[in-house]
Amino acid sequence: MRAAVIQFPGSNCDRDMAVAIRQITGADTHIMWHRETELPEKLDLIAIPGGFSYGDYLRSGAMAARSPIMQAVVAAAHRGVPVLGVCNGFQILTEAGLLPGALMRNAGIRFVCRNVQLTVENNQSIFTNQYEAGQSIICPVAHHDGNYFADDETLDRLEGDGRIAFRYAEPVNGSARNIAGILNASGNVLGMMPHPERMIEPLQGGSDGRRLFEGLIREIA
Amino acid sequence: MKTRVFVTLKNGVLDPQGKAIHHAIENLGFSGVNDVRAGRLFEIEHEPGLSTTDIETMCTKLLANMVIENFEIEQAV
Repeated sequence: MRAAVIQFPGSNCDRDMAVAIRQITGADTHIMWHRETELPEKLDLIAIPGGFSYGDYLRSGAMAARSPIMQAVVAAAHRGVPVLGVCNGFQILTEAGLLPGALMRNAGIRFVCRNVQLTVENNQSIFTNQYEAGQSIICPVAHHDGNYFADDETLDRLEGDGRIAFRYAEPVNGSARNIAGILNASGNVLGMMPHPERMIEPLQGGSDGRRLFEGLIREIA
Repeated sequence: MKTRVFVTLKNGVLDPQGKAIHHAIENLGFSGVNDVRAGRLFEIEHEPGLSTTDIETMCTKLLANMVIENFEIEQAV
């Protein structure tokens, strides 16, 4: 199994993400600088990590979404390569048009940094197949712009097609319908604000994030 | 030549920043302010040959997120 973690100026979860992928899936994991124009061949996973790419200039994720490597990421996503975007990675995926909607400033204005309870809404995806449907898990969030917005039609479509992967058990940031993570139409792209890569062993306070990476091994290996 | 681009949130999109600014204005002692919505202004210096269509493309591709924002283009003198 081979994975790439994309690194932008201002990314700060790239190493944690690479460690989680390597440790859990055993994948040969490459950290790719955003100026690269090509990804390694035969990739099984692309991860876009959290952080504050380009200092959140313009809008969170807006600059990163237009950086050279993202054209290769978009092309790979359209070919069906699994793409996981966490936190700033989720913002970048919406800005790049791989996922619908937008992530706006938290409704309470404040940066939210704490463990939150999530509900697994869809356990049929390549990312969530190791969870039970409706399972409650604990995952940390750390973001200022996690307030998911989309028009009602888009939200209804996401619900109807089972594309809401995770929901907050209670309001965290004002997200429409408490959405914490969504899938694209073909199910190979997941964007989520909570950080599964920061919850992979008891020393981190829990390991509920581990199953997301375990699910990927089963699907891909 | 200079062109100004105003990017504002679409109607119906909540603006927590605007709301906080509204509260701050009230805290300064001003009354009678009904609502505040925050936006962005870009001043683009460019050659005369750059068309309005080019500027529009810049807006839809980068300056505005069309999911939540609108833009207005103004030719400055």
